[in-house]
Amino acid sequence: MNTGVRRPAQNALPPQVALVDGVFVLEGDLLIGTIESLDLRQGTAKAIDLSRVSHLDTAGAWAVVTLERRLQTAGLAPVIIGATALQSDLLATLRRNMPEGEPLPMPPLTVADRLEQVGRYVIGSLQKTIAMIGFLGRVMVTIFGLILRPSRIRWTAIVHHMQQVGLNAVPIVSLMAFLIGVVLAFQGAAQLRQFGAEVFVVDLIAISILRELGILLTAIIVAGRSGSAFTAAIGSMKMREEIDAMRTLGLDPVEVLVVPRVIALVLMLPVLGVIANFAGLIGGGLMSWIELGVSPGVFQARLLSNTDVQHFFVGLFKAPFFALIISIVGCFEGMQVKGNAESLGRLTSTSVVVSIFLVIAADALFSIFFAILGV
Amino acid sequence: MTEEPIISVRGLVTRFGDHTVHDGLNLDVRRGEIIGIVGGSGTGKSVLLQAVVGLLKPKAGQITVFGENVRDTSPQDYRRLRRRWGVMFQDGALFSSLNVQQNVEAPMREQLDISDETRAALAAIKVRMVGLPENALPKMPSELSGGMRKRAGFARAIALDPEIVFLDEPTAGLDPIGAAAFDTLIAQLRRALGLTVFLVTHDLDSLHAICDRVAVLAEGRVLATGTMAEMLNVDHPWVQAYFKGPRARAALAQKEVI
Repeated sequence: MNTGVRRPAQNALPPQVALVDGVFVLEGDLLIGTIESLDLRQGTAKAIDLSRVSHLDTAGAWAVVTLERRLQTAGLAPVIIGATALQSDLLATLRRNMPEGEPLPMPPLTVADRLEQVGRYVIGSLQKTIAMIGFLGRVMVTIFGLILRPSRIRWTAIVHHMQQVGLNAVPIVSLMAFLIGVVLAFQGAAQLRQFGAEVFVVDLIAISILRELGILLTAIIVAGRSGSAFTAAIGSMKMREEIDAMRTLGLDPVEVLVVPRVIALVLMLPVLGVIANFAGLIGGGLMSWIELGVSPGVFQARLLSNTDVQHFFVGLFKAPFFALIISIVGCFEGMQVKGNAESLGRLTSTSVVVSIFLVIAADALFSIFFAILGV
Repeated sequence: MTEEPIISVRGLVTRFGDHTVHDGLNLDVRRGEIIGIVGGSGTGKSVLLQAVVGLLKPKAGQITVFGENVRDTSPQDYRRLRRRWGVMFQDGALFSSLNVQQNVEAPMREQLDISDETRAALAAIKVRMVGLPENALPKMPSELSGGMRKRAGFARAIALDPEIVFLDEPTAGLDPIGAAAFDTLIAQLRRALGLTVFLVTHDLDSLHAICDRVAVLAEGRVLATGTMAEMLNVDHPWVQAYFKGPRARAALAQKEVI
């Protein structure tokens, strides 16, 4: 059964047009892939003959209706002849659905538009900062409330998150710190050997790892690993309306979801920092031995005599603050997720970027602070 | 009229791990009809759709569409075959990074070499045909309501003037007025474009309003096929419960009033 609107399986006949006695005679297959070879922009006629058209689809019908419109604007009243009943139906459907008028082009951006964009961005960032500080305050208030009523503390959740963010991160954190120690020893040795001051490589490794790199790089790894996980977990709960469900059951999402994560990370990041310090020293010591011949005994003696223990405490002091930044940013961004999956992905990456940036900014502030204190 | 079926499924077996979804399923779809696929949750309606369009490799069985085997076909043949059908997934499955116009243009852009103006004009027509206003064209999928997303998904499915459209629960989650409008739309476009419609649905109103035939999936196979009237005489507890339950009676009564 050839209905005249079906497309042939393959091998479409190229469409052709001829102007015969004031009639547009179309023939062949008027299909989406073929109509562009047809030039219907020239000539006028009183009728359009479709009797020799073998197949017609929406695109072909669109071409016919466009031709009809063009003739109508030229003041003619073209009639369509030779169309099958189905083809006439399709043409009628197209006439009903032709776009009205030309699509409006997007107006180009003016200077004012760009200024407005900048202004919106600045205001948006300020509002977000204020909201984040507000969130920090809420978390603090909730924690103090829990200290007054310790029976409400969710120990199981805290321990679960301690395992997730702490124990499970030990391999990656220690490997990272070990490699950093290796790199420091290797690069330091190359420079110090020029002065014959190889043994100072111990001071270099110990101070840079204990005071700065161990804890900073651990915080960065944890931000990428656990901060993003916080955002994704809380965000997907927000998306599936689990957070709203909690509220209707009288559960406070901050108390149930945010506080255990914050406490777990504040407890575990210093531990991870200590592990990173040890791994870094081992890596540095090993490389000094291989590269410079500084034996482990010499390394240990030099470490104990020349490196003040305060470097270790300066580094460790920063850990809880970094943990607070990572967990608050991660949970806050998770709470910002709206109903769709795009916002979840976007906010997860925002969370990592913002927390790493804030950790480094805080580290810079700590450096100034300790310099003023003279520690 | 004894025509070759447009879709023919023979002895289909699909299995996920130990769980057998289809166990020797047979189904024929005739050219130009609207067939409604119904069945309880987990009876593999959507899985059947995925198997027919080649998204899922069945364990055994033969699926032919337009007389060609979907499974054992060269990539070129499959590509050509795929151009002749359109699929609308639940909730539209619009590409979230593209606006409505770009979504509808996407199949044309991938499959055909046509000019930007033609593509834009055809996309605008398709969007109007599915009953969306023209100002929906530049909108992103996240700005649309559920019903509008489904319509835009339908517009993308018919972008290349397919011969078959597969619709997965097109009226689920729509209000009764929106669902009825969508049913009308399916029937209208079937007439205008000569479509064959493979409709996975739970909506008894849709079944009454637009389906020519119904296929009931249960126990891993097609339990019965036929018109709605014939379904009432099928002697199977699930079919009886489904087509004679209170909701079915309400849908039937409504149809008789109309």
